[in-house]
Amino acid sequence: MGAPALILFLAFYLYPALQNLQFATRRWDGITEPENVGFRNFTNLLTNDDLFYKTLGNNIEFTFLVVIFQTALALLFAVYLVKNTKTTIALRTLYFFPTILSSVSVGMIWLFLYDPNFGAINLFFKSIGLPSFALNWLGSETSALYAIAFTQVWFHTGQMMVVYIAGLQQIPKELYEAAEVDGASRWKQFTKVTWPMALPTTLVVMAYTTIQSFRAFDLIMVMTNSTAGPNNSTSIFSTLVYFTLFNELRLGYAAAQTIFMVLTLIAITWLQRRAFSGRYEK
Amino acid sequence: MIFKSTRIFALLTFAALILVPSLIVVLGSFKTDAEVYNKPLSLPENWNFDNYRRLLSESDLDVAFRNSIMVTVTSVALTLLFASMASFAIARMITISGKVLATLFAFGLAIPAQINLVPVYYMFQKLGLTNSFIGLIIINVTTTLPISIFILTAFFREISKDMYEASEVDGASPLRVYRSIALPLSRPAMGATSIFLFVINWNDLLWPLLLIQQPEKKTLPLAMLAYRGEYFVSFSMLFTAVMVASLPMVIMYLFMQRSFIAGLTAGAVKG
Repeated sequence: MGAPALILFLAFYLYPALQNLQFATRRWDGITEPENVGFRNFTNLLTNDDLFYKTLGNNIEFTFLVVIFQTALALLFAVYLVKNTKTTIALRTLYFFPTILSSVSVGMIWLFLYDPNFGAINLFFKSIGLPSFALNWLGSETSALYAIAFTQVWFHTGQMMVVYIAGLQQIPKELYEAAEVDGASRWKQFTKVTWPMALPTTLVVMAYTTIQSFRAFDLIMVMTNSTAGPNNSTSIFSTLVYFTLFNELRLGYAAAQTIFMVLTLIAITWLQRRAFSGRYEK
Repeated sequence: MIFKSTRIFALLTFAALILVPSLIVVLGSFKTDAEVYNKPLSLPENWNFDNYRRLLSESDLDVAFRNSIMVTVTSVALTLLFASMASFAIARMITISGKVLATLFAFGLAIPAQINLVPVYYMFQKLGLTNSFIGLIIINVTTTLPISIFILTAFFREISKDMYEASEVDGASPLRVYRSIALPLSRPAMGATSIFLFVINWNDLLWPLLLIQQPEKKTLPLAMLAYRGEYFVSFSMLFTAVMVASLPMVIMYLFMQRSFIAGLTAGAVKG
């Protein structure tokens, strides 16, 4: 009974994934005969490609920022909204709302908000008498990546908050009652009960957010468009692979880039597990 | 006291961060550009549907809307069917084959489908599956199978063994047990998974961008991206497009908040 799923998976998931390894050893435009170049794509990427290093740096910075802020905010709002009342449920529904929008729609909305001339953000800063805060958010090399990271956090914090709430509601109430009897402050309760008990959820949230941040492709395509930002400042792995494949028709080189993309993703997830699960086991 | 006031401040700030942009979009779709730029939060001077009429007559978004419905509904239906069958097999077959299946799909869960951008692009061109709804549906179903199987297997395992065994004693075939026991009992899980799949497929940009070039085959996010290129100077028109593209989801969300929230976090919570 698993046959249809298995056939699709083998033919269009596993087989291409293995084929990708072979493609990565070629110099190839996908049309003419491929030329076998061994590991030269990999060595080229590592020794002779500034854009690759810029992309790697951007991707790590972007993922790091999004994971830190999205996880922290999701946990904060989950703690604030963990009890089921009319107000908290209404707020949860509102916070979750951006998740159902398409990333193209979200990108368009923020394209307007960030617009240097007409955007609501600059209008806001000018109207409260802080015109120096009115920047060219997406058009400047220094702010474009942060602007997109902010949008990404806006987009998915509500979703991760709900994951946290599900986790927090499973913490036994007795633990809090005991802490209160001992006279523990709210902050103490958080550090001694909530945080350690929610650590498994934190790991799930961080892993999920990391994968999500690697998929910010859509936002970048809409918000900083085909140039991947001023001076490639918003180039991340998925946009890099896409442009290498589509604009330059270098299939082998793009395949090698995807391998580095997956390695980076695995490395980040592994580091998170190491950094947090150690403390959890103690 | 400090806890209370920071709590209220933080909650209200984030609420405003979501409400204000949403209002700007809703109101903006009824405004002229000048009104959007000067007074983004004021009510439109004339409530009319001019932008919507212009959108319908000038753009291909209506075609893209139909394409998206077709591709999304077919993809979701096929994924649910194949994933539930495979999950049933995994949950019921304690034999080697069940374990092999589970391991294979777990591998798919760990490795993001993006790694296949290059080979899929090449393979689909050779098979004539670019600019084709069938190609897009194949890739939609394949990339969402691992997560769907992951969610559904957990639910099929929760159905008590006695239920299965009783019917097997009665001589029912696995297909019968699947149809008359597993499926009806897992309706909530199937509902949650289908919402999850619906949102993912409806909103996906990456694969259509890779596989579809012909304008008449474009899905909604893809057509929106092209539209953004044409109308980048007119935010009132962009907002109108955002409204049209988001409305089906928003309406469903308003009526089925609980199922939406459950569905869109099922993958993460079950993990």
